[in-house]
Amino acid sequence: MRHTISVLVTNEFGVLSRIAGLFSGRGFNIESLCVAESTDPKVSRMTIVTTGDDRIVEQITKQLNKLISVIKVHDLTGEEYIERELALIKVNSTPENRAEILSIVDIFRAKVVDVSPRTYTIEITGDEEKIQAITELLRPFGVKEVVRTGRVAMARSPKK
Amino acid sequence: MKKNGAEIFVASLLKEGVDTIFGYPGGAVLPIYDVLYKAPIRHILVRHEQGAVHMADGYARATGRPGVVVVTSGPGATNTVTGIATAYMDSIPVLVFTGQVPTALIGNDAFQEADIVGITRPCTKHSYLVKDIRDLARIIKEAFFIATTGRPGPVLVDLPKDILSTHSDFIYPETVHIPGYQPTYRGHPGQIKKAIECILASKRPVIYAGGGVINSNAAEELSAFAKKLTIPVTTTLMGLGGFSGVDPLFMGLLGMHGTFTANMAVMDTDCLIAVGSRFDDRVTGKLDEFAPYAKIVHIDIDPTSISKNVSVDVPIVGDVKNVLRDMIKQIPADKLSGFKKEIKNWHGKVKGWSRTHTLSVKQDPGGKIKPQYVVERLYNLTNGDAIITTEVGQNQMWAAQFFKFKKPRTFLTSGGLGTMGYGFPAAIGAQVAFPDRTVIDIAGDGSIQMNIQELATAVQEKLPVKVAILNNRFLGMIRQWQEFFYDKRYSYSCLGDRPDFVKVAEAYGGVGLRAKKPAEVDHVIKEALKVKDRPVFMDFVVSSTEDVYPMVPAGQPLSKMLLV
Repeated sequence: MRHTISVLVTNEFGVLSRIAGLFSGRGFNIESLCVAESTDPKVSRMTIVTTGDDRIVEQITKQLNKLISVIKVHDLTGEEYIERELALIKVNSTPENRAEILSIVDIFRAKVVDVSPRTYTIEITGDEEKIQAITELLRPFGVKEVVRTGRVAMARSPKK
Repeated sequence: MKKNGAEIFVASLLKEGVDTIFGYPGGAVLPIYDVLYKAPIRHILVRHEQGAVHMADGYARATGRPGVVVVTSGPGATNTVTGIATAYMDSIPVLVFTGQVPTALIGNDAFQEADIVGITRPCTKHSYLVKDIRDLARIIKEAFFIATTGRPGPVLVDLPKDILSTHSDFIYPETVHIPGYQPTYRGHPGQIKKAIECILASKRPVIYAGGGVINSNAAEELSAFAKKLTIPVTTTLMGLGGFSGVDPLFMGLLGMHGTFTANMAVMDTDCLIAVGSRFDDRVTGKLDEFAPYAKIVHIDIDPTSISKNVSVDVPIVGDVKNVLRDMIKQIPADKLSGFKKEIKNWHGKVKGWSRTHTLSVKQDPGGKIKPQYVVERLYNLTNGDAIITTEVGQNQMWAAQFFKFKKPRTFLTSGGLGTMGYGFPAAIGAQVAFPDRTVIDIAGDGSIQMNIQELATAVQEKLPVKVAILNNRFLGMIRQWQEFFYDKRYSYSCLGDRPDFVKVAEAYGGVGLRAKKPAEVDHVIKEALKVKDRPVFMDFVVSSTEDVYPMVPAGQPLSKMLLV
């Protein structure tokens, strides 16, 4: 099963390789990994998407916690959380299909961020399904390149 | 007052109470060696950096205090890797300080540059590269703290040469603040209660104790706990000495070369109490048939050890010593006698197994020397009062089986990594810590050659380390596996009868003794024990064909023991 794990780490060199080394050394999967500074510049936030059965994911969270550079590990799976990913999609465009592409962009509330005589570059934010869906719809026009950030996630605040 | 980095380094070691370090100089650490020239610290000059780490490791295991290593950059640093990995697998507090090229040259493929932090990342508990002189004292403080607390382990600190010669104020921090590191020392009271209920409800309980008992100095508590409840005890290789080997409740080692009694008891128990042990594959044999009837209680300071290999019914995260103390206090007095009566039958069953299957040696006086006999004589002639180290292979297993360890920190062996070449430098480290005690490395003729150069260290330091070489002219354990599982095709496991270990010892300035017949064994041991100022090699020319029994072939359940 897929798990989204949010990890707070000290913002120092070598932390990324400690995390990556842990996953590769113990044979755990990384589907995606995002890392950037948090509100505290001394602390970074990582969002790791991984797969494994309960026993493996339990080991992953325990092993992450064991690293000295890791401050907090939060497995978001099974609770309410928001997940987003950003993708840049470069698609072939011709004078005939431009309108159609733009209407797809509009429906998905995406943005055209770069235009050339033969291509559109589209920026889309959303969960994985949304990005998958727009990519599929654009595929017939000829998708030249896709760059995705990997997922970032945050727990929802209690509504009460 | 301002000090340079090297002075800060040495002053920090003194603040940590370090009086002995193991090291080897080189270009990048010359500033440190210049300070050591007049510092009140004993520096043991090794002959290979791997030896330095094993010595520091042996020192740490024998004393319970961290071992400290200083080596230079590049090859000096990479030579420490096996030693670090050995300490990591066995959770031993070792501090390794490596020189590094100046910060401006890092990443430049400079002379004697190696990314040692990168290389050792998977086999250290933590590591640091010091990039700013103002961080140096704090990092050293943290390194000692991390190495010695929680589940101990090696920590590496990489020291660029320019940092060592930059000046700064020296203020050694009083405390550490590491937000991501707060080991749990006290067991959860609810879990402790559950564990006691689980144990008291059992009829065939077994304690399975590991190296955690020794690391947390909990041998007394374990003994009190086992005796209060009269529960039979088995230990892992790492746990030997954590429970007295001559206690009537002791069943011996479990696992691949464990005793018949211990393995049968584990396969039959209805409540397995794992204390500071980690269900290693050499212990469990075939995992899904391990302890099939048991509820498992697991006490360990490292949460990752719990439910890693077997699923645990009652996990208790905490320091073994604290948890056992709490448990002893909370055993309800009114249920104790009932429980003891209830498990009487179990004691009978365990006694039955040990009566029919004892570990024993039958030495034919006219035959070849049996290696087991040598270990038995070492035990008898030292009255068991010795620190024993081992190499890896048959020598290690016979030492574990035939020497009865009564106290913790008297059996030093590379359990997890299985490092040949560990025992001799580890013995030197232990002897440095305890100059007046008998320290014996039980070795094979293969393993001893992996760090034999440390003879020079022992001679120079006048350390009377004894090495009992069980010389069978083979890589014995390899030969044994080839005999059992590869149709006696002894592929490259025969070492021949060279070198002449007596001459080697003498060439280095040590003492060399040899026994070729059983009748000579006692004489050689007695002569060796008389030597107080030099290392001694005892070359026991033993039978080539002895095998270690019992044996559970890898991947088989513990009940499938080969018995002679």
